[in-house]
Amino acid sequence: MAKSAKKAAPEPEPGDIPFMQRLLDNPFILLFIGVTVPTLIYLVWGVVEVAQIPLAK
Amino acid sequence: MAIAAVFRTCPDTGLKVHSHAENLIKANAVVAVIFLAVGGFFGLLVALTRWPAVHLLPADAFYLVLTAHGANVLLFWILFFEVAVLYFASAILLNSRLAMPKVAWGSFVLMIIGAVIANVAVLQGESSVMFTSYPPLKAVPHFYLGLILFAVGMLGAVLVFFATLVIAKDEKTYEGSVPLVTFGAITAAIIAVFTLASGAVILIPTWLWSMDLISEVDPIIYKVIWWGFGHSSQQVNVAVQVAIWYAIAAMVLGAKPLSEKVSRAAFLLYIVFLQLASAHHLLVEPGISSNWKVFNTSYAFYLAVLGSMIHGMSIPGAIEAAQRRRGLTQGIFEWLRKAPWDNPAFSGMFLSLILFGFLGGITGVVMGTEQINLIIHNTMYVPGHFHATVVAGTTLAFMAITYLLIPLIFRRELVFKRLAKWQPYLFGIGAAGISLFMMGAGTLGVPRRHWDITFTDAPLTVEMPGTAFLMMGLNGVFAILAAIGGLAYIVVVVGSVFFGKHRDEAVAKANPVIFDGGEAVTQYGSEGTIRIPGTIVLVAIFFTSFVLYYFVNWKYLSEVWPLR
Ligand code: HEM
Ligand SMILES: [Cu+2]
Repeated sequence: MAKSAKKAAPEPEPGDIPFMQRLLDNPFILLFIGVTVPTLIYLVWGVVEVAQIPLAK
Repeated sequence: MAIAAVFRTCPDTGLKVHSHAENLIKANAVVAVIFLAVGGFFGLLVALTRWPAVHLLPADAFYLVLTAHGANVLLFWILFFEVAVLYFASAILLNSRLAMPKVAWGSFVLMIIGAVIANVAVLQGESSVMFTSYPPLKAVPHFYLGLILFAVGMLGAVLVFFATLVIAKDEKTYEGSVPLVTFGAITAAIIAVFTLASGAVILIPTWLWSMDLISEVDPIIYKVIWWGFGHSSQQVNVAVQVAIWYAIAAMVLGAKPLSEKVSRAAFLLYIVFLQLASAHHLLVEPGISSNWKVFNTSYAFYLAVLGSMIHGMSIPGAIEAAQRRRGLTQGIFEWLRKAPWDNPAFSGMFLSLILFGFLGGITGVVMGTEQINLIIHNTMYVPGHFHATVVAGTTLAFMAITYLLIPLIFRRELVFKRLAKWQPYLFGIGAAGISLFMMGAGTLGVPRRHWDITFTDAPLTVEMPGTAFLMMGLNGVFAILAAIGGLAYIVVVVGSVFFGKHRDEAVAKANPVIFDGGEAVTQYGSEGTIRIPGTIVLVAIFFTSFVLYYFVNWKYLSEVWPLR
């Protein structure tokens, strides 16, 4: 048993592991978040803006 | 045909060490150090050329060597070393076998082939495009091919890392959550996936363009996507370097994070927000809205800065708590005064933390502000800033952990112990010097990537102030110091790996490198105290410097562009 004695919560049952801990314990959900967020906010948004620059005639 | 898993038991830690993991860590670390030696030498040549009184290389050689410097240190040294750290943080710290050793070896070979091809291309002289290779500058096709192969190889290594996590969980080699250092490595690996994917997405069409198979690559689109690779890879470095800080604090001092939860949340901020900062490279690009620039560099990115500040407080805090637990409770700073300053793993780590935070962190936030960025965009300030992050920060952290990898993984005693003791100081002071003086020169308007700031023969000239020349000269002096520190590292590493005394059980007992409580590095658990007055003083000094420097720059902006 990892010795992360939770002060407030009683001994965690497998069923009631807090949401944040389940999230942080799952590298693949984190991977999904870590790739999707910058892809949308940085890459896609950025490329869309550049693509909208009108062409010189 | 499965590759038989062979394990030994580590005499220092009692951990099982998988032979493939061990050999791959060794191989990647050794190759990394070779690229550091090559790339660092090029860096010295660059600095000596930019020292006006020396002006070593002719113009074409300067741009060639500058390209070689950037690629060898920023990409090859750092990423090879990071592969070693990923394998260490998964297989070793989780007490597991390494997944897919054949893929890992294949990746290793591919990365070497890629790095060598790219170097050949640069040294042939037709590819002095800087490591950023912005079109319409065109390199020879094998320059891009080399980088692509390197990135694919690295992606393979990241895959092995994730697969190892799965194996360790399935085979229950650890209980509960992974230790924080492994979590930091997971953060790095996640950012690496985005990084390498961006690199592939943009370098493949650029490669086709270099062979005239497609007619053009849009320069601004290139910049957007390339920096998804070029900047995010710096964030891989930050995540790995922070993980190393935690690891060294744990192994040398038994320091546990003040709160696992808070530190893990700080890494989560990295995962979600850190990569967005790539936008700071496009702050003066036309055609992209301020919404995109400001959201990416500020509104979202400050959450990632918050993550860094949490780590920046948590690590010295953890060290302080561990030292106080040990009875070093006098005054505010006894814990720091009596820290193991002659252990190069510790001194390297602590210098890296301080220099990264004060020199790299503060200046990074300031120059990431759209308005202030205009004062220093594309000046020497930029390499000044990132030599604080990636040299004084990342490189020094990697050097520091090497002093633990040599006894633990290479199972050799360090040779030249006195030199090793001095090495982090030599390199740290040298790196801090080049950072500061490059930033000073940049503030005075000296451009980066520029062979001749006297503008001899140029139709239009610019008068640089005398202090700018002084700054570039001092940069050269500290470059020599940094180079000596770098050479000391290479000498100690090569000497120890090949000629160090074998570290059998008796030697390990007589000369421990992991001290009481060091097993904290493999466990999930918190220090659970906030009685850290010394750290709070340090943090207060940090914030004061931060705020002052920030306002000084706004003041400066108002003088550069007076509104009358
Ligand atoms: C002895 C150590 C080093 C010295 C003296 C040194 C010095 C320099 C100098 C003077 C420049 C040129 C700036 C310009 O003209 O624009 C430069 C550029 C650069 N350095 Fe270093 N450096 C060293 C180590 C490193 C390390 C360890 C890294 C990475 C981990 C690094 C990464 C870079 C990068 C990415 C550039 C930019 C290249 C470009 O503009 O394309 N340097 N360095
Ligand atoms: Cu950047």
